[in-house]
Amino acid sequence: MFLFQLENGGAKKEVENQVYNLRLYVAGQTPKSIEAFENLKKIAEEHLKGRYTIEVIDLLKNPQLAHGDQILATPTLVRKLPPPIRKIIGDLSNKERVLVGLDIQPKKKESPED
Amino acid sequence: MKGDVSLQTDESFNEKEFLEKSSTGIQGFDEVTFGGLPKGRPTIVIGGPGSGKTLFAMEFLVNGVRMFNEPGVFVAFEETEQDLRKNTASLGFEIGKLVEEKKLFVDYIRIERSEIEETGEYDLQGLFVRLGFAIDSVGAKRIVLDTIESMFSGLSNELILRAELRRLFGWLKEKGMTAVITAEKGTGTLTRYGLEEYVSDCVIVLDHRMTSQISTRRLRIVKYRGSMHGTNEYPFIIDNKGFQLMPITSAALDYSVPKTRFTTGVAALDEMLGGQGFFKGSTIMVSGSPGTGKTSIANAFANAVCQNGDRCIYFALEESPKQIFRNMNSIGINLEPYVTQGLLQVISTRPTLYGLETHLSIMLRHIEETSPSAVIIDPISNLINVAEESDVKSMLTRMIDYLKTKQITSLFTSLISGDNGANKSPISSWIDTWFLLNARQVDSEFATTIRIVKSRGMPHTKRIRELEISDKGISIK
Repeated sequence: MFLFQLENGGAKKEVENQVYNLRLYVAGQTPKSIEAFENLKKIAEEHLKGRYTIEVIDLLKNPQLAHGDQILATPTLVRKLPPPIRKIIGDLSNKERVLVGLDIQPKKKESPED
Repeated sequence: MKGDVSLQTDESFNEKEFLEKSSTGIQGFDEVTFGGLPKGRPTIVIGGPGSGKTLFAMEFLVNGVRMFNEPGVFVAFEETEQDLRKNTASLGFEIGKLVEEKKLFVDYIRIERSEIEETGEYDLQGLFVRLGFAIDSVGAKRIVLDTIESMFSGLSNELILRAELRRLFGWLKEKGMTAVITAEKGTGTLTRYGLEEYVSDCVIVLDHRMTSQISTRRLRIVKYRGSMHGTNEYPFIIDNKGFQLMPITSAALDYSVPKTRFTTGVAALDEMLGGQGFFKGSTIMVSGSPGTGKTSIANAFANAVCQNGDRCIYFALEESPKQIFRNMNSIGINLEPYVTQGLLQVISTRPTLYGLETHLSIMLRHIEETSPSAVIIDPISNLINVAEESDVKSMLTRMIDYLKTKQITSLFTSLISGDNGANKSPISSWIDTWFLLNARQVDSEFATTIRIVKSRGMPHTKRIRELEISDKGISIK
């Protein structure tokens, strides 16, 4: 299983909000899936620093895992935690939609905009 | 009801490129499609809610396992596991068992619009992965997608969805899967979302109509590429054995004509027919005014059939079995032992309970299961009351057609008023032997007379005889 875990290593700071468990379902290493992963990394680093885990599941290697989270589209990002489950399908190129989808409060007021 | 046989072939029916068919095992359906569904291709089954699409698809799969050793996959987009088991339990499908035996794979696909956000480009490879997994798990040859239209309400990007659907059907064809896709009826288009655009090898429509408070189900093959198929609307029923269609059985009147004779059960009547009784496989009509003894004659015949050790089905549309037995006992005909022995089946139904086609389907179902030598319907005039005469004619024609093909001797009774009714039956031309009973006043009594209107293939008396029914049975004065 292609399991890739990214955690913000070394952050001992107390987390103010819950930890986000994110699962990205892809079907092989395609340009779309790579792009989705890159986009996700960026968003997580920017808005969830220190309180996220990302797990990437390749359905081509593990087809039986598609059923559990009811995956039809790829790429699909599933927010497993905090509940309720949210799903975002697509290459995650639309940052605003991703944030809305994940129900993340963007840290707009604290950090300067790009 | 549409008329007689009409066949059609879509596109050129090239015998060299023989289209292989996948038998459905559904009674009557394989006949009207000359073999079943197109093998390795998708078929779309369209209908409104409650039309029977899911059951049709499921029966196709279950029969695939049970009758043709072909495992299958059922992909449910709308029902839950519980729903599916519950709805199909009454048909004896035993889905749970088939899943355990790894002959059937059931997958439930849920698309919750509220939990999905669409951002950017995507494809439906996840769906392909799931289907591939399901197919490989059991080595499936058949697959059902019920109903794939749910995806339209779950996902908003129609462009992607349609492109992927097109890809999906190509993929299924590549895998050699015989697929059944169910879809809702549309207004203006054949299906609500225009799925017929992608699944165009075979298109079937199921209809569930209410006419004068009686419900009727009909199946129609709108299209079947590369194959002959009947184009009529075929009435069907769904009962505890599953689907049953009623095709018209023979296009030509090419029945084999048996020469064996069978007693009428009344010596005097045999005599009127030249000594030997009815021809096996013939159609007999006993019509007459009320109280003239039609049921008695019908039962005497049933008695004779059973006495000979053959099976008989008696469809009683007016009296209950108990009434019939009691009445027959009073004239010395004892039928109950034959029921116990399994030779005689008395099936009584209220004519107004069902539509005509349903009556026919039910009767055919019984006949198929029992394979009797003789069938009696008493009286068919009760059926005429529930429908248009042309519909009755059509229905009875199918029935008689079926019976003659199976060489089952049939006897119908019919209530008529006066002698004028003789030539007015909708099925006159189908009748081989016809007894006409009449009540005539003689002094202060009513006497019953009997005469033979016709009896094909045998010399018979033209005299009017007086019929006497007493506790000693039926006799001619």
